[in-house]
Amino acid sequence: MKGPQLGRLRGRLWPNAAALVLFAGFVFPVYWMFSTALKPNSQIISEEPVWFPSSPTFEHFATAVRAEHFWTLVRNSVTVTLLAVGLALLIALFSAFALARMRFRGRKGVILTFMIAQMAPWEVMVIAIYMTVRDADMLNSLVPLTLFYTVMVLPLTILTLRGYVAAVPKELEESAMVDGCGRTQAFRKVIFPLLAPGLMATSLFGFITAWNEFPMVLILNKDAEAQTLPLWLSRFQTAFGDDWGATMAAASLFALPILVLFLYLQRKAVGGLTAGAVKG
Amino acid sequence: MSVQTHEAPTSARSSPTVTPPGSAPAPGNDGARRRGALPYVLLLPALVATAVFLGWPLVMNGMLSFQNLNMTQLIQHVTEWTGTDNYSRTLGSEDFWRVTLRSILFTVVNVVVIMVGGTLTGLLLARLGPRMRLLLSAGLVLAWAMPVIAATTVYQWLFAQRFGVVNWLLDAAGLHSMADYNWTGGQLSTFFVISLLIVWTSVPFVAVNLYAATTTIPRELYEAAALDGAGAWQGFRTVTLPFLRPFLLVTTFLEVIWIFKAFPHIFAVNEGGPDRLTETLPVYAFVEGVGNQHYGTGAAISVLTILILLALMAYYLRIALKQEEDEQ
Repeated sequence: MKGPQLGRLRGRLWPNAAALVLFAGFVFPVYWMFSTALKPNSQIISEEPVWFPSSPTFEHFATAVRAEHFWTLVRNSVTVTLLAVGLALLIALFSAFALARMRFRGRKGVILTFMIAQMAPWEVMVIAIYMTVRDADMLNSLVPLTLFYTVMVLPLTILTLRGYVAAVPKELEESAMVDGCGRTQAFRKVIFPLLAPGLMATSLFGFITAWNEFPMVLILNKDAEAQTLPLWLSRFQTAFGDDWGATMAAASLFALPILVLFLYLQRKAVGGLTAGAVKG
Repeated sequence: MSVQTHEAPTSARSSPTVTPPGSAPAPGNDGARRRGALPYVLLLPALVATAVFLGWPLVMNGMLSFQNLNMTQLIQHVTEWTGTDNYSRTLGSEDFWRVTLRSILFTVVNVVVIMVGGTLTGLLLARLGPRMRLLLSAGLVLAWAMPVIAATTVYQWLFAQRFGVVNWLLDAAGLHSMADYNWTGGQLSTFFVISLLIVWTSVPFVAVNLYAATTTIPRELYEAAALDGAGAWQGFRTVTLPFLRPFLLVTTFLEVIWIFKAFPHIFAVNEGGPDRLTETLPVYAFVEGVGNQHYGTGAAISVLTILILLALMAYYLRIALKQEEDEQ
């Protein structure tokens, strides 16, 4: 009598217990980053870890923000990321439309090309990229970074957008054209507004890729003022002599936009998808 | 990182583009030729951009690998062709083979841990109640979204020799020899930190997508299996596993490719050290080429790395394309 009941209780208990342990494991590093950033030095450099920042301070954030060139690098990162994602979306929109709506010779080959390009080993190509950019005399410039990041996120953007374009009912576009819209106008007035959630969701992974990119900026932009935030952050700890509070504050500042964007856009993206599914 | 490889086939399924070019409602009097050229015109910007910024560096990489290009040649802008010298030197060096073997081991260990851990976590997600599932998903998404370089910095702090929380925990757990342990001082311990970091960032991708895949398994299949007297384990083996097999296959290959070419995780944690003992092929190419300024040799190593990756990708694409065709 007691055996099976106990077994059932245990059967309900262990998944929840495992989930809690896993949750703690996955969240802890992120928590530790933010909490260290908020602790006064006495609580960071202590023989016994202080689990909660009981007397939070923003002094580490101030140190990180006051670091030399910080705002220049923020501007660099934001510029490069926004431009690359914007450019990629624009270029991808044309391609996605062609791939989703038209039948033509070589279509399969083009899709395959983008699938391969999506897996391109950029990390391994940095030497050749360095030589190319150097020969063009554009080291320490944001232009090559922007262009390379654009192409880096382009295949993924095309392949994803293709799905979103295909999900817009063709009839809508056709009836717009019957009503006297040209193909361009039909696209602008009918398809584009419906694509907005898709564009947001697609841009998410582009943002993450461009914001995080490390190997290329490592080799191309060595000048202190031409770097982006990932490179700056990777050297922060050494540059600041093991000031872990400031390092974690810098990491928090770097991670926060992406974490917020991810949480916000992921829900948006999923919402967009389900809205499409319900309608269909 | 990309989920879209999974999305692409899905979207292809939802887009039965049935209209052949001829039957499109002709807008006005556009000539058939113009309509025929339109898709190519639309694709042109993307194809040109890819050719210039991805294709050209690849060609350049190949050309550099046949050149003697060191500090001197770099500064003087001279091109010295050396035939296959770089390749014979690389392939003849013990270092290259040691690094290759290390890369393979590193990839295998990480992918196995990621796939097993991710699968178990995904199955756990499917078993949980809605509230616990939301909680665990939120934790997974948080780790998933964490930028790589922020993550490497945090792991350096977690595993810091002095005041690092990991050493404190080990000490508190009775392992007093670990109280001042220098994690980046040895090969295996450095790899342990790097691997933990990679597993931590990669498991969420597998788990969340696997959970999504399990929600598409029809309930009736389990009921039928239960009627046939199948227990939980047998139901898993006869229903869940076959259903998830295509997903697991594709994801495993994606992970293999990603881990094999992982660069920032390894480089940012310890720059391939100590004593170059944690260099995998991409880091090795970088350190040889850029660090030691043997750009030609570095290019040859990177060409060889790309060839290995191409072989893996070809296999992956065959599976992925076959799945897409099956779904259509």
